[in-house]
Amino acid sequence: MSIKKISKEQPDKFEFSDENLNLAKKIVLNYPTGKKKSAVMALLYLAQKQNNNWIPLAAMKYIAKYLEISYINVYEVATFYSMYNLAPVGKYFIQICTTTPCMIRGAYKLVDVCKKNISEKEKEFSGNKNCSWTEVECLGACISAPMAQINDDYYEDLNAKQFEIIIKDILKDKKPKAGSYRGRVNSEPEKNRQTLLETKNA
Amino acid sequence: MLKVKVNDIDIEVEEGLTVLQACEIAGAEIPRFCYHEKLSIAGNCRMCLVEIEKSRKPVASCAMPVTEGMNIKTNTKLVEKARKGVMEFLLANHPLDCPVCDQGGECDLQDQSMFYGIDKSRFKENKRFVPEKYMGPLIKTQMTRCIHCTRCVRFATEVAGVPEIGAIGRGEDMQITTYLEKAMESELSANVIDLCPVGALTSKPYVFEARPWELKKTESVDVMDAVGSNIRVDTYGWEVKRILPKINEDINEEWISDKTRYACDGLKYQRLDVPYVKKKNNFNKISWPEALHILKNKINSTNPEKVAGLTGDLTNMETLFACKELFQKVLKSKDLESREKNIYINLNSRKNYLFNSEINGIEKSDLILLIGTNPRYEATMLNARIRKSFLKNNTEIISLGDLGDLTYPYKVISNLTEEVKKIIENNSDISKKIKNAKYPLIIFGEAALTLNSSKYLFEGFKKFLKENNKINEEWNSLNIIHSNASTVGSFDLDIVSKTNETLEKIDNNFFELIFLIGRDNFSFTKKNEFIVYIGSHGDKGAEIADLILPGAAFTEQDGYYTNLEGKLQMAFKASYPPGKAKEDWIIINEISKLIDKDSMFKNKDELLRAMHNYLSSSKKDELSSLFKEEYISEKIFTLPIDYYHSNVIARSSKTMNECRNIRTKLKKTGTEG
Repeated sequence: MSIKKISKEQPDKFEFSDENLNLAKKIVLNYPTGKKKSAVMALLYLAQKQNNNWIPLAAMKYIAKYLEISYINVYEVATFYSMYNLAPVGKYFIQICTTTPCMIRGAYKLVDVCKKNISEKEKEFSGNKNCSWTEVECLGACISAPMAQINDDYYEDLNAKQFEIIIKDILKDKKPKAGSYRGRVNSEPEKNRQTLLETKNA
Repeated sequence: MLKVKVNDIDIEVEEGLTVLQACEIAGAEIPRFCYHEKLSIAGNCRMCLVEIEKSRKPVASCAMPVTEGMNIKTNTKLVEKARKGVMEFLLANHPLDCPVCDQGGECDLQDQSMFYGIDKSRFKENKRFVPEKYMGPLIKTQMTRCIHCTRCVRFATEVAGVPEIGAIGRGEDMQITTYLEKAMESELSANVIDLCPVGALTSKPYVFEARPWELKKTESVDVMDAVGSNIRVDTYGWEVKRILPKINEDINEEWISDKTRYACDGLKYQRLDVPYVKKKNNFNKISWPEALHILKNKINSTNPEKVAGLTGDLTNMETLFACKELFQKVLKSKDLESREKNIYINLNSRKNYLFNSEINGIEKSDLILLIGTNPRYEATMLNARIRKSFLKNNTEIISLGDLGDLTYPYKVISNLTEEVKKIIENNSDISKKIKNAKYPLIIFGEAALTLNSSKYLFEGFKKFLKENNKINEEWNSLNIIHSNASTVGSFDLDIVSKTNETLEKIDNNFFELIFLIGRDNFSFTKKNEFIVYIGSHGDKGAEIADLILPGAAFTEQDGYYTNLEGKLQMAFKASYPPGKAKEDWIIINEISKLIDKDSMFKNKDELLRAMHNYLSSSKKDELSSLFKEEYISEKIFTLPIDYYHSNVIARSSKTMNECRNIRTKLKKTGTEG
């Protein structure tokens, strides 16, 4: 991991939409009076959602003014956390987990698929500009390794072949089904539940 | 009081201290990088580890409060091993470029690695590289050297009040930077250079100039504003290489303003080194005897009534006193003036023109009212104290008129004199606030004293404060900020025109012979006067002069200055006047010798004795009665200060020019060389 690059092309203006402004007000109310700067992370995430999955500098300034803190405070937070994107990402943003369990189960084969089908380097757009990919640290789905996150959905129990099909679908702007690709329900064993059968919601 | 043991020595310390402070009281030195007593505690360098009994791990002493019965050990094997470990990690990514690093010789990391470093590096991997960051014209960065102590970040946020520096990224990729690499918009920015324990932030104008051990260090006083910050002047041969702050808790604490620090390169340029005489609009070099001969003829042929003198903003008190004697006893002229405008001044008592609450007093104040002053530009260090007071006591600060960013929030009220009238007539809620406040501070700027109703404002306010017992022996809440270093000294020596007409007469071209003693800030147009300029720099004064006698700057002569609180301080001689230039008081003395041989001071001691005698004699006021005490409705403005160009030294300084260009956002044209 290296320090995040800030996009050179920045929009001049950013404002929360009415809906997000209401949400932001609610978020700020979660914190005691005078401590509203604590809402900075939630608001950054809101801004990222609103702005095609990345945060422009204008949004950081906007949030700083909104929370009455300095620009550098927001900037520090935004550069610290890896889940804030500070440069545009594809409409489909693929995050491949390459931490140990996924790596052992073949995560780098998925990376190779991305390199072949999307772009040679991570965080670069595919030819038709609607997709980009990156390696990330553990996404907490080790039981279904290897896995990848595409926007808000987890794609689990993958192998290179299946993943290539997924990517090709995405490149054609089709959204494939999320979840396990070995037919598992959530993180249950492969051939359904074997234990705790008498409990309904185990 | 808590009883603790440090290295088996029993001591008693106050509650609320940290282990590090307790160790210091006990005389055990603790190495540190991130801890600084004037800043908040971060605890992130881990260099100050100590062993505390019953604690399984070494403890970061800077962040650990002392508790009763602690047994602290700073000299055990464990402590040494822990510190060695920390040092090894700090050095893992620190480049081995001490020979080309400006911090070398005064580097905390270098010094401490002598004790805790190991001889060989076990770090075989590639070292981290961090690109340089732009932080303005004063701060050179070499961020690979940074050890992330965050002192600069804390200084900018806490003391300077401009939260523009921060740490971005994390882990190995953490980098210290200003927001989007812009120059820091603070007048205190260069203090981060002193704070930086390594060579990450070094001085840009001083880059590769000298090593600390080659410099001659002279402790002195600053003259860029009336605060009188204590400084250390470092010279190499004749040249003043740099100026650093000297700790004085009563005045500047540990900081100095950028102007104090970096105007010193102005001492090298535009200097007057030989006497000049103007012939046919050209300046010709002449010798001292010739120059004095011309002057003698001129003085003898001029009616004493037609002789006037103006003293300057950087003139020291010895020179001022010598001038006073010269005008009074030798030239027999009454027209010697130190003020730049006819500001209202009541010389009855020193308390009428001083910052009576003292700079230390600001810290305990609970209400501050600013009348016609912008402390950020008129007295930068004093402004830092107001900010400190705001952070400490949440002091309410009210200003007549909007002053822009003062680095702390303040309430703006209308800038009309009506507002003051209402306060002193008890018709405003601010009068109530002043009455309720325990330590209110009323700060007048010089601008408020130039108004037509200045006497009404000042004397009215004084009366109001006296009636409400806010001026008493313990606390005097009436304060004035002067903007020049020599102002208070001049008033102490009564260098004001007794008729209050000198400046007017000069504007009307009444005089035939005018002495400008270091005076460069004036606004009259010359007609037929013969102007003698005595000073150090070729600036506005020298430009219109007919005869130039080269003098010394404040680093080239011993001289007293009185700061705005009335503290008498001495600026010491750190280098010599250039060429044939002489110390100012010697020049004045020689002029008086021309006319009257007996009037001369035999040596400086005699001058000083006479001056101190004069200072201790009682004050007489002949001036304030000349002002009308009347109420006029008018606007109170602050002085239009060109901060980086406020005096000759700053105007000659390339660094100050650069700062000014950045502040005024002048675009570079590519022709300035």
